[in-house]
Amino acid sequence: MATAENVLKPDFGSSSKHFIFEEHHDRLRESIRSFVERELAPHAEEWEEQTFPDSVIARMGELGFLGLSMPEQYGGQGGDYFCNLVLSEEMTRADCAGLTMGVAVHTDMAMPPIHLFGSEEQKQEWLVPAIKGEKILCLGITEPDAGSDVAGIKTRAVRDGDDYVINGSKTYITNGHRADVIVLVTKTDPDAGYDGFSLFLVPMDAPGVIREQRLKKLGMHASDTALLAFQDVRVPATAMLGQEGKGFYHIMWELQGERLIGAAGCVAGAQRCFDKTLEYALEREAFGRPIGKFQAIRHKFADMATKIEAGRQMTYMTAWRFANGEYPVREISMAKLFTAQMACEVTDECLQIHGGAGYMKEYGIERAWRDMRLNRIGAGSDEIMLDVIGRSYGL
Amino acid sequence: MGAGGAEGAEGAGEMGYPPSLGNRAGGNPISPAQAPPFTVDHGELRAGIRSFVERELTPYADEWERERWFPNEVFGKLAGEGLLGLKYPEEYGGAGGDYLDDAVLIEELAGCNSGGVAAGIGAHITIATPPIFKFGSEEQKQRFLVPAIRGEKIAALGITEPGTGSDVAGIRTHAKRVDGGWVVNGAKTFITGGVRADVVVTAVKTSPEGGHGGLSFLLIEKGMEGFSVSKKLEKLGWHASDTAELAFQDVFVPDENLLGEENKGFYLIMANFQWERIAMALGAVAAMRRLLEQTLDYAKRREQFGRPIGQHQAIRHKVAHMAVKLEASRALTYHSLRLFHDGQDAIREVTMAKLLSQRAACEVADDALQIHGGAGYVDAIPGVSSSIQRAVRDLRLGPIGGGTDEVMKEILGRQLGL
Repeated sequence: MATAENVLKPDFGSSSKHFIFEEHHDRLRESIRSFVERELAPHAEEWEEQTFPDSVIARMGELGFLGLSMPEQYGGQGGDYFCNLVLSEEMTRADCAGLTMGVAVHTDMAMPPIHLFGSEEQKQEWLVPAIKGEKILCLGITEPDAGSDVAGIKTRAVRDGDDYVINGSKTYITNGHRADVIVLVTKTDPDAGYDGFSLFLVPMDAPGVIREQRLKKLGMHASDTALLAFQDVRVPATAMLGQEGKGFYHIMWELQGERLIGAAGCVAGAQRCFDKTLEYALEREAFGRPIGKFQAIRHKFADMATKIEAGRQMTYMTAWRFANGEYPVREISMAKLFTAQMACEVTDECLQIHGGAGYMKEYGIERAWRDMRLNRIGAGSDEIMLDVIGRSYGL
Repeated sequence: MGAGGAEGAEGAGEMGYPPSLGNRAGGNPISPAQAPPFTVDHGELRAGIRSFVERELTPYADEWERERWFPNEVFGKLAGEGLLGLKYPEEYGGAGGDYLDDAVLIEELAGCNSGGVAAGIGAHITIATPPIFKFGSEEQKQRFLVPAIRGEKIAALGITEPGTGSDVAGIRTHAKRVDGGWVVNGAKTFITGGVRADVVVTAVKTSPEGGHGGLSFLLIEKGMEGFSVSKKLEKLGWHASDTAELAFQDVFVPDENLLGEENKGFYLIMANFQWERIAMALGAVAAMRRLLEQTLDYAKRREQFGRPIGQHQAIRHKVAHMAVKLEASRALTYHSLRLFHDGQDAIREVTMAKLLSQRAACEVADDALQIHGGAGYVDAIPGVSSSIQRAVRDLRLGPIGGGTDEVMKEILGRQLGL
């Protein structure tokens, strides 16, 4: 018989670990966290001014953080997909979203297609040094005239003997200035519709690759964003990544991983902003008490915490499906949409709670607010996600 | 490759594309209902309950809504399938299962197309019998739990009063100690199943000062002198369920009807709150799933401006938003259910799940209404529309019952030290 003593009593301090994580993930988390706090976070301000140095990638390669779920035969750690979630979450502790994005483009956007679609030769040439942090990767999809509408891509690769000759331009390319190689989406058969795209691994020092402007942005200042031009760039046919004509499908697959990692980053970023704001609300006094003790503010925190947790659970469950061999495009789109909107709402609410202090640079909230906004645009806008979800139901 | 082609391709073209990042190749899609904590066994239970609901409840929902009542025999039918005691031990006539089995039942009951029927059954299973099982003496379990599992005695939980709701410390219904028992005076209100209940698990003040430390629970039975149903309340929704205002005038309740320890009633209330809230969240998730299905069906059939309304982008996006709200609520609800089932403290997650899902369900129902237009505002038209207007009304109780949104936010805010 239950008595008052053995009835469940609130114990808010207890942790509620998610079943996808095991003990080795906790150890990895500690290790990344310690690195991020010691070696990255102290430089965040400086890197916001002048973008982060390439040495960060080299150092992360040295520590084994760049190939967490890549096979050991290529220098990876041979871990599961959840290790990448841990990296994405812990990187937010650098308070330098541009850096987080630059690293994620390397590890979770450009690298997976090389691993999955690359020939053994291509893997030795690019994957192995990328995992070591010796070569930096970027990914080229968007063009001045084609974003979400991938079908509008104009960059052409034309067969010429044993080579392909590439002409066109790409924009908003993260890591575009520092990268050694680009995973480039081109059109190889303009009459074949979605079956007319192919990917190439193009060395960024190949003649005809021109790194044009360094684009200025609303946020994500620590990352470098490039406008690139390709003028008669000649690459051997062996530079083609994956199957000819399958480029569209390859890149759609890539986008799923990108979106899921992005969702994890949004959750962690929102949590980070939330934690700082909670601390502020307990310190800052108005009308004789900490502002967090006013019901209006307290309820804002309750709403934020709920949204963050919902986003986290969507992301974890979708990652679980993904790691178990599913290709859950609908759920990934949902997680991406929900977490991006949630993170923007949370950072905005945090700015509101901080008041004037939040508007000032010093507290880092205005930066988070600016940085976070990209998530509703990049990797497929909110509107594209809604369309993908709606169409997945046959609408 | 016309306008919007790439969006189309992204939405559908690559759905069947095979490669995976995972270590396990291939793999069949995992149905949400079989994601942890649910297993394949739960899938079988689910199929059985679904067929029962479709056979015995759904066809009568309209009639019961009109009559503002569903017959007591429903409990007998549920008992016949073993559904009233899924989580209780076999020695009391239960199925020897656990909370997860009840979770399946709660989700499937939402399919009966009447929030009132689901609530009426839910009150018996989810909030009224658990305290008897957890806190009752062996003798009390034999007298009340065993017949409740058999569907022979219907139970209700009586906490709320005309003068107090979420603030349970304000309970005024008073039980005065007399020789051999108590004499109860006071009133309870908003008691689901209270009109038909054979036994009401009733919160009473047993010390003059009252408050958290002065509450006890008494099992008050139909037919006890001075105990009456003073009013059957009319409501915005939940029409098929009976909601009572109860009056207690010098009701003598014998010693053997004290449930749990004297003056420790507050813990009894707290003990079941988590499960009640998870159950509400599960109900909302199931209701949203149903609304989404109904709306998809309608949006594909209903044509305007030369095409199905679902092919207009504004409607497509509205439906997508509905689906996202459902999925967010489901993820959070299943997480809290997993923690609760594992015996972990899940107050934070349960509170969040309750808060998010009830509000989401109201929004989803309102979106469904908007997409159905006039066909949603009127009562169900056979073959044309579903009873969306009923769902909108029924789900509105979610942010109020089981602790209001505002109370949930207080719990969460205080947990953060605010």
